[in-house]
Amino acid sequence: MSKQRKAIISTSPFLHDKATTPTIMMEVVYTLIPLVALSYYFFGLGALLVVVASILGCMVTEYVFSSGEKWKKLKDGSALITGILLGLCLPPGFPLWMAFLGGIVSIGMGKLIWGGLGQNVFNPALVGRAFLQAAFPAAITTWNAPTFGSGWFSLNGTNAALPFLQAENVDAMTSATPLSKMKFDHDFGSATDQALGIISGSLGETAGVLILLLGIYMIWRKIIHWRIPVAILSTVILFSGLFWLINPTIYPDPIFMLFTGGLMLGTMYMATDLVTSPITPKGQWIYGVGIAILVVTIRLWGGLPEGVMYAILIMNAVTPLVNKFTKIKPYGYK
Amino acid sequence: MSGFSNIATFKHGVHPEEFKSFTDKLAIERMPFVEDYILPLGQHIGAPSVPLVKKGQSVKRGQMIANAGGFVSVALHSPVDGKVQAIELAETLTGKMVQSIKIKTDPYSSQLLSSSNPGDYRNMELDEFIKSVQSSGLVGLGGAAFPAHVKFKIPEDKSCKIMILNGCECEPFLTSDHRVMAEYPEDLINGAKILNHFVKAEKIYIGIESNKPDAIAILNKKLENESDWIEVVPLEVKYPQGAEKMLVTAILNKEVPSGKLPLDVEVLVSNVSSIAALSQWFETGKPLIERVVTITGNAIKRPANMMVPIGTSMREVVNYCGGLNTENYRMLLGGPMMGMVQRTLDIPIVKGTSGLLLLTEDNVSTMDEYSCIRCGRCVEACPMFLNPSVLGMQAKKGLWEDMKDNYVMDCFECGSCSFVCPSHIPLVQSFRVAKGILREQKAKKALNNKGNE
Repeated sequence: MSKQRKAIISTSPFLHDKATTPTIMMEVVYTLIPLVALSYYFFGLGALLVVVASILGCMVTEYVFSSGEKWKKLKDGSALITGILLGLCLPPGFPLWMAFLGGIVSIGMGKLIWGGLGQNVFNPALVGRAFLQAAFPAAITTWNAPTFGSGWFSLNGTNAALPFLQAENVDAMTSATPLSKMKFDHDFGSATDQALGIISGSLGETAGVLILLLGIYMIWRKIIHWRIPVAILSTVILFSGLFWLINPTIYPDPIFMLFTGGLMLGTMYMATDLVTSPITPKGQWIYGVGIAILVVTIRLWGGLPEGVMYAILIMNAVTPLVNKFTKIKPYGYK
Repeated sequence: MSGFSNIATFKHGVHPEEFKSFTDKLAIERMPFVEDYILPLGQHIGAPSVPLVKKGQSVKRGQMIANAGGFVSVALHSPVDGKVQAIELAETLTGKMVQSIKIKTDPYSSQLLSSSNPGDYRNMELDEFIKSVQSSGLVGLGGAAFPAHVKFKIPEDKSCKIMILNGCECEPFLTSDHRVMAEYPEDLINGAKILNHFVKAEKIYIGIESNKPDAIAILNKKLENESDWIEVVPLEVKYPQGAEKMLVTAILNKEVPSGKLPLDVEVLVSNVSSIAALSQWFETGKPLIERVVTITGNAIKRPANMMVPIGTSMREVVNYCGGLNTENYRMLLGGPMMGMVQRTLDIPIVKGTSGLLLLTEDNVSTMDEYSCIRCGRCVEACPMFLNPSVLGMQAKKGLWEDMKDNYVMDCFECGSCSFVCPSHIPLVQSFRVAKGILREQKAKKALNNKGNE
């Protein structure tokens, strides 16, 4: 066959901004690397393997069940982000096969059955997390105390448990998270420890300051909408601050609320998920305030110590409605 | 948000790379006369011009060869001394075949302008002025080619308080308006004076983006003693500031209501090159027989700002600029954001041609399309405050009526949404299709209603 030239027919514009969906996704991945590294340092090899297992679960599912050009689907990087985020909201001693299963559910039930990238209503990583919480309530609430660099090559607790077998929790040092201590013992702990992450918790929950900085970086790079984190964090401060002022012995202070649990990770990486958050500026405010009120409500009066996951999932569900009712007024209709 | 600078601009919009350094320092040069000229009768918006000459007839440079074919239409003049070869169909920039006057240049002529005598505008009534402008063939030189006199004729129930001269030239690559302002500042100021003799605006603003500091400085110097009635307003560099509505908002902080013209908020906007040409008509009697065209892009050997006689073939212009660097080029008329792709160089430069852009393949993005990730970049880019993300999804499903409810008819196709979309979804491209279909449906409905009556 003779060499053929392909005619590309297109109309203006012919210039294009440099950012593309894969570059935006990869930039999010780069910001997650320090977080993964930090949780490796804090919790040892087991922590790293949990993240790897959930990434594998996500990527394999995306590849197997995607239609069309499979490699292109992986190239957009969204499954990688979901995998890392899911891994970061699991405990360091989590059985790896469960993390892998969580990845499958995240992508399969959280994204692909909706129609793939951009079509899902709920944040895929949180769908996976919610599934794991319902399926393995014991494993997901077994928190290891940080090991600070002494666990470079050692597994944590039940990491190596075999599928469907209840492994014995042999050598792990377990410890309650600050939120459960707050909830059940009214022990608020040290704010500095919490901000720096010297506490037990899931992998990515324990470095509030670092996540805050990464979030500010992403806002500066315009990868995430600034309104959502600003709305969430300021509402949490105001709302929880109010009760703290009323009765500081029962209610924790706003700083405690900010830097414990999954609030920072959820605010910067999950609530700001572009696909599942409102696209209109007004909608983003409503969404952020809604999440914050739900988080504080669940934490202070709900049955669970932590409420970030459900708060975001609930507001995800309302997002299409919020979009619908916060239409932007076009130019020339004032 | 207008960013951190306090310099005037509109809300939203985008910042494409400017690419103006190819030509922004180059003085306007003159395109030599060529052998053949093709003058389409429909170079402007409105009714085509009506030929006044016959095949074989000799014409002079500047002689009217076609008359306006109605009120929304303008005259056409010969760009050279020569002979009418034919009046027949010829291809134009839309790919459409249009009745055109073909002129063969007289090789022995001195090509001196045989100027018309429009008379002194100070002694004219408004209607005489409008007729005179129409007979000069003047159209908006920014690209739309709307007959200038129609715009200048302010309806009796409306008035014009502010006149804005549009020197934004916000399209990347283009520098023709920039060079006109820098090299013909007197013509621009005088043209404003002439037009304002009839329009009677209280104040005239010349809006210029701050990436043309030389033009701003030159005009400011010329206007040193006249700042009470006319003033240069430097604007932030942002696309699409040159769009009439955006410019009105940038300078006056006023919104033009949907479906209305700037005149509905007592503002008249006109392109700077058109105003300079208006002055040349009344001062020297030179009708619109040539215009400044920016020939630029990576694919052209010698980029230039060129005064080109209307009707010159693009191929001649490209050859005069040293030819092309590559066989794989893409030619656009106008800027890269709103310009029109051409399939051949064998079409003439017309009155609305502000730029001839020759891009290499790496200038032109042909990236994979991804799903919409609802990042909202298009929402923050759209100067009309539409929601291109939603419109794009509706366009994919063919929900034209829903698109209408989401104000797609207010889109003026600046392409900012497609420019920013990280998933490379052809947003504005699909809105053009939707607008076309909606217009067609409306026309059909109107026709059916007429039939039922």
